[in-house]
Amino acid sequence: MLNQIDLAFKKAKEENRPALLTYTVAGDSSKSQSLVILNTISKYADILELGIPHNTPVADGSQIQTSAYRAIKNGIKIEDIFWIVKKYKKNKNSKPIILMGYYNMIFQYGEKKFLEKCKRVGVNGLIIVDLPWPENKSFTKKCIKKSIYLIQLLSPTTSKERLNKIIKDSHPMNYFISMLSTTGGKLKVSPKKIMSNYFKIKKINPKKNVVIGFGITEKSIKSLKKADGLVVGSAICKEISVSIQKRQNPVTNVANLVKKLKNKIL
Amino acid sequence: MILRKGIQVIDQGDELGFWGGKFGGNFVPETLKKPIEDLEILFNKLKKDKKFIAERDKYFKNWIGVPTRFIKLKNLTKHVGGAQIWSKVVSDANGGAHKIYNATVHCLLAKRSGKKIICGDTGAGYAGKMLSMAAKKFGLKCKIFMGAKDIERQQPNVRAMKKNGAEVIPVYSGSQTLVDAVSECMRFWVANCDTTAMCVGSTVGPAVFVRICGWSTSQISRELKVQLIEEFGSIPKKLKLYNCVGGGSSSFGFWNEFMDYDKKQCEFIGVEAGGPTKSKRHAAPLTHGSKIGILHGAAQYVNQNSDGQIEETESISAGLDYPGISPLHCFLKDTKRARYTAASDEEALKAYKLVTKYEKLRPSLEPSHAFSVAIREAKKMSKNTIVVVNSCGDAYKDKKILINRLGRKYA
Ligand SMILES: Cc1ncc(COP(=O)(O)O)c(C=O)c1O
Repeated sequence: MLNQIDLAFKKAKEENRPALLTYTVAGDSSKSQSLVILNTISKYADILELGIPHNTPVADGSQIQTSAYRAIKNGIKIEDIFWIVKKYKKNKNSKPIILMGYYNMIFQYGEKKFLEKCKRVGVNGLIIVDLPWPENKSFTKKCIKKSIYLIQLLSPTTSKERLNKIIKDSHPMNYFISMLSTTGGKLKVSPKKIMSNYFKIKKINPKKNVVIGFGITEKSIKSLKKADGLVVGSAICKEISVSIQKRQNPVTNVANLVKKLKNKIL
Repeated sequence: MILRKGIQVIDQGDELGFWGGKFGGNFVPETLKKPIEDLEILFNKLKKDKKFIAERDKYFKNWIGVPTRFIKLKNLTKHVGGAQIWSKVVSDANGGAHKIYNATVHCLLAKRSGKKIICGDTGAGYAGKMLSMAAKKFGLKCKIFMGAKDIERQQPNVRAMKKNGAEVIPVYSGSQTLVDAVSECMRFWVANCDTTAMCVGSTVGPAVFVRICGWSTSQISRELKVQLIEEFGSIPKKLKLYNCVGGGSSSFGFWNEFMDYDKKQCEFIGVEAGGPTKSKRHAAPLTHGSKIGILHGAAQYVNQNSDGQIEETESISAGLDYPGISPLHCFLKDTKRARYTAASDEEALKAYKLVTKYEKLRPSLEPSHAFSVAIREAKKMSKNTIVVVNSCGDAYKDKKILINRLGRKYA
């Protein structure tokens, strides 16, 4: 049986476009609003990444940090995140959900209990920013037993030899980090260069879907559309922050942004 | 869990960098895997390279100024009335604290790797000050990340960094202290690891940084061992080594050479920051039995809530104000080689008053924590017990806090 994530890529390919992946922080700016945002953007996005907010995020730039601190300040707890996913998955138009976070949160919850809970509420994939290969080997195996994909991150610094090994052990979806940066950095590498790196990775195992993320905005998304999927995170988090500042409705603004992003890659 | 003899503790980690199978490791974003591996290869090679060691020793001797003094605190000993109280005056080192050893080694490594820029974190400002000094000495550009709260309370060191030409970048996130500075520094490295070397200011962070730092500060115990033998003819039968513990670099370095002695002969006492007496917050994860968790790339005992969010700390001493602790110390605690306890803000201040009243020594607030416990315990010890406290920093940087808390007379 195909994981819902595979189906999402399949559908996008049939439409001759990359899959659109969004990233929002669970509980930003509140538990209920975060759910409404997911429900609303489902119309345009193919896969939804949901960040587990952490207060010591070493790989996140200021926009995602702001979203995470706001969510934590508003009282979000890990159980609330499962609640959001569970509710969201009741939506008949729901899309695959990927939880993205830092390992300490999972470690404290207990790997086994965490995966059982993920399975129960309908999580389809996981990205753990600070649990790289080979440290994640045993967790990768535990995930697949629950039919949850553990998505491996690949970076411009990852050596060829290491790429081969990671991809060999990986599940059907991987994530290429466009450049040396935390999330939300300005795109400091040309899209051409990114795509050339991307195709080198893609060649290792063309059957595995590889998405590109970090630094993608409305401006740059079109130039990367040859990828299997594209992730936009910080730009969305920023939209929420700006909306709050301007006392506008974050839900409408985020929905508009995601719609625009989608139109760029059609 | 066993601590092995005859092999350096920094080299007792397993293939993945875990001490005792569970402390340390490399919980880092994929982007850092390569630069960390490169640094590991370089360090493993150079630490066996006689030429490199000679180069290190040359700078330690001629520039840092080793050995630092080992002195008897006669008046304090008399006042306390118990064990003999001695001090290893590590604040004699160039720059005024032990952070110079690690900073120097990191700059030497950066030079060898061809990097032109070095970035580092700092709490009390000593790690930053020393990195700025070493960077200047070795012709590297230097960026220091420091919590906004620490910038405010450790101004003399901030001025020194700027004078040395370093860029000091204030960190406004979280508690605006050391924990946030380390995070921000790691973020900077993620984005710039192709051109920039990183120096972690203590025995914390991904495993290789723990090892490099421990290797560097071990200079302290190498000197002390010689000095003890010069003074007493042999290593004393009852030796107690007191050291404050923030990340754990000075204490590890102060103890390393004595690791293989029986703890009945050489006891190690680590003193964490207990925070203000009336506050629930502290920076003493080992004393308070904090749970194991992941912080800044390493598994360690760390102050955190049940969800795994890192908790805010509180301490009068910026250098000890850190929610985690070196994996090396977690390992030494669980193997029972070292004993850990805490001193409160007030106890540290009281010890500072006492030491400065009786001796010509001005330990900064960090070592004042160690003095507090040493004085308390020395009272009950026999005269042939040798208590040594590492006075690893000078109080000049704490002037503002001391005036505030104790009045002008003490600052
Ligand atoms: C004087 C002094 N002592 C102690 C410390 C604590 O660090 P560590 O435990 O790594 O020695 C610091 C840190 O800034 C310091 O400046």
